[in-house]
Amino acid sequence: MLELIVISTLNGVLFGMLLFLLSSGLTVIFSMMGVLNFAHASFYMLGAFFGYQLTRWIGFWPALVIAPLLVGAIGMAVERYGLRNTHKHGHVAELLLTFGLAFAIEEIVSMIWGKSPMDYRVPQALDFSAFTIFSTNYPAYKMFMLAVSVLIFIALLIVLKRTRVGLIVQAALTHPSMVAHLGHNVGRVFMLVFGVGCALAGVAGVIAGPALVTQSDMAGLLGPILFVVIVFGGLGSLPGAFIASLVIGLVQTFAVALNGSLASLFGPLDPSFNATVLADIWNVTIAQIAPILPYVLLVLILIFRPMGLMGARET
Amino acid sequence: MSDTATSARDLPVPARGQSLRFYGIWVIAAIVLIVLPLLFSSGSSLTSFSLIGIAIIFALSYNILLGQTGLLSFGHAVYYGLGGFAAIHVMNAVTAYDWPIPLPFIPLVGGLGGLCFAAVIGWVMTKRAGTVFAMISLGIGELVASSSLILRSVFGGESGITTDRTALPHMFGWSFGPQIQVYYLIAAWVMISAIAMYALTRTPLGRISNAVRDNPERVEFIGYDPHVVRYLASCFAGLFAGVAGGLTAINFEIANSAYLGAVQSGLVLFATFIGGTSYFFGPILGAILVTYLQLGLTNLTTVWQLYFGIIFIGIVMFAPGGIAGLLMMHRPLVRSGTLGMVIPSYLLALVPTLVLVCGVILGIETIAHYTESQGQGNVIALFGIPFDATAASTWIIAAVMIVGGYAVARITWRRIVDAWDRATTDARDRGHLA
Repeated sequence: MLELIVISTLNGVLFGMLLFLLSSGLTVIFSMMGVLNFAHASFYMLGAFFGYQLTRWIGFWPALVIAPLLVGAIGMAVERYGLRNTHKHGHVAELLLTFGLAFAIEEIVSMIWGKSPMDYRVPQALDFSAFTIFSTNYPAYKMFMLAVSVLIFIALLIVLKRTRVGLIVQAALTHPSMVAHLGHNVGRVFMLVFGVGCALAGVAGVIAGPALVTQSDMAGLLGPILFVVIVFGGLGSLPGAFIASLVIGLVQTFAVALNGSLASLFGPLDPSFNATVLADIWNVTIAQIAPILPYVLLVLILIFRPMGLMGARET
Repeated sequence: MSDTATSARDLPVPARGQSLRFYGIWVIAAIVLIVLPLLFSSGSSLTSFSLIGIAIIFALSYNILLGQTGLLSFGHAVYYGLGGFAAIHVMNAVTAYDWPIPLPFIPLVGGLGGLCFAAVIGWVMTKRAGTVFAMISLGIGELVASSSLILRSVFGGESGITTDRTALPHMFGWSFGPQIQVYYLIAAWVMISAIAMYALTRTPLGRISNAVRDNPERVEFIGYDPHVVRYLASCFAGLFAGVAGGLTAINFEIANSAYLGAVQSGLVLFATFIGGTSYFFGPILGAILVTYLQLGLTNLTTVWQLYFGIIFIGIVMFAPGGIAGLLMMHRPLVRSGTLGMVIPSYLLALVPTLVLVCGVILGIETIAHYTESQGQGNVIALFGIPFDATAASTWIIAAVMIVGGYAVARITWRRIVDAWDRATTDARDRGHLA
């Protein structure tokens, strides 16, 4: 039991940090530009596929740097030539543009790389077990993922809190129009922030690719969870996104690890209820309902605290 | 979206001639629906017409949310799917217990299923509008779609639940076995639903929905709660989406969890937006086009969904009013007789634009065939001309067509803008443009 708790906590924090790499970019973009980037998970997927392809051509370490840069450049192009022109039609049009983009990116990726999973392996240098805990070998690559996410988290914190750019971004989180009035080149700031947000998603893709599955449906699977994270944490709140990422990461990981059901808790159901809804609910294991748990959390938070955990701003 | 056909300007009771024209459109639509299967009586065209009919109801119901109330939903298929499941279960129950419910009333059951779910979940969903609503609808959509795989006894797991539509009590001596009878059933429901939904836009509720879309704050000042209005709108949208789902259940005699999924929600959004949300007939055009493309393109190319995405992105960026919006832009020009001023520039732009489009299609097909064949020789027949996907010449032709077409097309597009400005100025001078 203790083993399960320790391992699941580690995995949960890891998944949570990965989610935060994505949700932080999404939150900052949303706060500054009012655009919910539906294609954010698609940039994560692009990161994974670029990482895979570049790893085959030039190795993992250069790929870790180049792939996010490429994804960031694509993100900037999307902002410059797509979103900026759509801005005059309102936020719904922008959201729809990114929705169409997510759809198109998924199709392009499956057109080029196919629909089956890629053979994206953990690099040789990291393919050993970091430590053994309760007879479970914990892979070094996961520790590397954790280290990268924490490093980026700290870097992001320093940039946001200690630099001039961070100051502008922070100001734009709460008072976007005031920042524009102060004479900053809002267009360029938007483009950079969008690019950096996408590049962060790209980093997440490159490092998550070997550990999770690199496949053309990975964006569709992760995207909705990402939106749950930022609604749950409160739209436009970075601390909220951080907490929500960890909560969702932990909840999902623990749920997958647990095998209990109502039947195992209270004993089997009376056979007369077989083939009814009650039997379905009674026999389903927690692991099976893991995929829907984030959405249950979403509905609950909407009922009890509609602005999210840390959200203050009405949209 | 402020300049809608249903805006308050044209509310005054129309003159006699206009009302004749108004009813004429509906009568013509009904005649077209009746005559179509007589003209195209092959099995595949009947199937296509049935699917298009269902898509029309579904897209119109979606437009109650998107066009009328300004709510962008990513989970509209939930109502559609639950309506379908409600219909399937009632059909099976009717067969099992010999209830006297004939098949033509089953879509109503589907509608009630959609309505019930909308009534339950809608209150939480519609608390907020805008982006938040979009995300909530996405979350609820995923929640229901995932839950449907867990609750196997209701949703039948991956394989779904089947039924036999001919086992229900017959009506007018029709067994509804042949597709033609199902088509007429669907056509009847298309007429009923379209008329009902059009009438809805003319009710005070429809009007106040428009107001909630345009300025919720002012709606609150005149004493309405926008939340309640949004809730009622989503209930009606759920009702008609459920009707569409019920018809699908009858058409295919099966309901499975794919009906509830994100793909279905995305398709209805595509259809509605490509058609145009600002006019009542927009989603009808969109549903016809998208369903037709979907049926036609799947035979021609493996990457048809990519073309959908590109068309959708193009519409969002360059024509947010959709096809209906583009058509209606020309109405003042037609009335003032200045349409002739823009036609030459259209014709001029047509050639380079077509070259550009063909270049993009050739490029996409080349890449698709190249990756599918893993670099081995593969020949694409595009418009009857064979291209070798591995030959460098094909890639160069595609690149030249895209770059060259774009360079020339840009110039002609600017001419369109100029001609358009002149034509609208003339139209304004003649008093046909506000």
